[in-house]
Amino acid sequence: MSTESEAPGPGAALRRRGPEAGVALLLLVIGLIVIIDSLRVGIEWADDGPRAGYFPFFIGCLLSLSSGWTLLRALLSWREETAIFSEYSQLRDVAAMAIPLTIFVAAVPWLGLYVPGALLIGYFMRRHGTGGWLATLAVAICTPIVFFLIFERWFLVPLAKGPLEAWLGF
Amino acid sequence: MDEINSLMHGFSVALTLPNVGFMLVGLLLGVLIGVLPGLGGANGVAILLPLTFSMNPTSAIIMLSCIYWGALFGGAITSILFNIPGEPWSVATTFDGFPLAQQGRAAEALTAAFTSSFVGALFAVLAITFLAPLLAKFALEFGPPEFFAVQMLTFCSFIGMSKEPPMKTLAAMMFGFALAAVGMDTVTGQLRMTFGFTEMLKGFDFLIAVIGLFGIGEILTTMEEGLAFKGKSAKINFRVVLNTWKELLQYWRTFIRSVLIGCWMGITPGGATPASFMSYGMARRAAKDKESFGRGNIEGVVAPETAAHAAGTSALLPMLTLGIPGSPTAAVLLGGLLIWGLQPGPLLFVEQKDFVWGLIASMYLGNIVGLIVVLTTVPWWAAILRIPFPVIAPVIIFICAIGAYTVHSSIFDVVMMLVFGVFGYLFKKLRYPLAPLVLALVLGDMAESSFRQSMLLSQGGLGIFVSNWLVGSLMALSIFLLLLPMWGALKAMFRRREARAYLS
Repeated sequence: MSTESEAPGPGAALRRRGPEAGVALLLLVIGLIVIIDSLRVGIEWADDGPRAGYFPFFIGCLLSLSSGWTLLRALLSWREETAIFSEYSQLRDVAAMAIPLTIFVAAVPWLGLYVPGALLIGYFMRRHGTGGWLATLAVAICTPIVFFLIFERWFLVPLAKGPLEAWLGF
Repeated sequence: MDEINSLMHGFSVALTLPNVGFMLVGLLLGVLIGVLPGLGGANGVAILLPLTFSMNPTSAIIMLSCIYWGALFGGAITSILFNIPGEPWSVATTFDGFPLAQQGRAAEALTAAFTSSFVGALFAVLAITFLAPLLAKFALEFGPPEFFAVQMLTFCSFIGMSKEPPMKTLAAMMFGFALAAVGMDTVTGQLRMTFGFTEMLKGFDFLIAVIGLFGIGEILTTMEEGLAFKGKSAKINFRVVLNTWKELLQYWRTFIRSVLIGCWMGITPGGATPASFMSYGMARRAAKDKESFGRGNIEGVVAPETAAHAAGTSALLPMLTLGIPGSPTAAVLLGGLLIWGLQPGPLLFVEQKDFVWGLIASMYLGNIVGLIVVLTTVPWWAAILRIPFPVIAPVIIFICAIGAYTVHSSIFDVVMMLVFGVFGYLFKKLRYPLAPLVLALVLGDMAESSFRQSMLLSQGGLGIFVSNWLVGSLMALSIFLLLLPMWGALKAMFRRREARAYLS
């Protein structure tokens, strides 16, 4: 919410221009991919009407133009731009969430949803929380069990399961 | 009075025992979602949507729309007691709500907020009751060009009314359209942008996008802002409620103004968030004692809450009648309609009378019940926020992952949720608006097919979009809105030049 604030002391924060240019470049590339793929499937008319690339072609053009504009502006004002994206300490906090989150998502294909969920909750409570081992274990183990009961038993929606669930016979 | 009869019939649908039960469950879940960071109206509904696939559509929409009302109510609790807006549209409520709580007047502020929400929603539902059938009848005559013109107006008004930079609004919207185009083209059956990956065949599901952008993105932003839940506690008793109600009567002008702003912003897809800010600003401008705003003025709670609820509720009007949602949450509900096998749009009022009027009746009931529920249960919700964030955050991520998985029982979707989450974080930090992205993703296929059908009708000529007065004026209005930011930029440029001339 306070990204617009003026730059504080130098070195303590990531400037906004880098991420700004990076995201704009990414969107520009996506726009170009859309244009190229639309040209592949055809943007002109066939006997039965417009072909598949007809509409996406316009979309790709507008996406490239608008993000190209943002990229250009970020590059042109590269030197005088002093707005900050985030302080490094804040980015560390984000990483403290983003890294375990990524590991969690990466573990889901092998272990199913329940076990990584319990590990994520347990890790977080131990690492960042103040509760004891008992509370941590209770929350980490009970939450997936509650969700297991709600989804698999009550709503009959099966969730992804791994070796532990198979061993338990589900 | 056709509408009254239909509405009475609707009440008979909504007032059956299971539906009242779903209503209560929806409201309680909704307030919970509104209170918790990282879960909001849009992604809360998105996560629960797969659970309703097997339900009767009327009960499902009653429950899901009640989650939406509950989330609207819940946002006010965190903003007033904790100075943390649980929802973007309750940011403006913190300006005066939290100072009031600090002065020990939390109960008054909460009562005012809930009552204003109720009033805003009530008038918006009244508007839906009487305007929706008219609009639907009118829209029955619409052909593809008219639908495309309305969709065009929707998207242009984002660019014209958004607080975010117009080029970024456009980029976010086009990104949404591009994602919507991935997969099989419904007309020619050709594959677009799949690059040989089988996972891409189905395209990107907007439910996954909503869960990632709003849920995971929100958790990451919340981490960054640091979490110190230092809240005030509040207990509401009956006397405070009565006294506050008496006091609120003198703000009838604010109520009327905020309802009008809210309904307008909800029907045109400005959404609840800008409506609440606009209404707050107008109230301050109109007030005699401008200085008291921001330091704990009840009127500063009334104005944004009324407008946010009016906008949030009236966002369902274009969704039901034209199939065009006025807010991200309405977009998710629209997606639900499609999944339950109902085609949103004017025909809904002809073919699915039970569904439509049951929903409208449930809006009246849901808001009355919601008001009573939140007034009586505030202390409990405040207690939930005292659960430490290291417990809440991973549980919410777990819930989001389950929600993403259940949409298609696909693990690839969980990965996509993470990707969208990173996008959500970056977009939020760089001021790309998320609402147009989601709406474009939902409406992409519809907009494309109405555009292509129009082109077929006219054999490729764009003249079809000015061929009659209705299409022509919708298009003219769209272009006006599209150019609106340019007018502002021009004015700023001239002012700068004048200032420079003056200085030299």
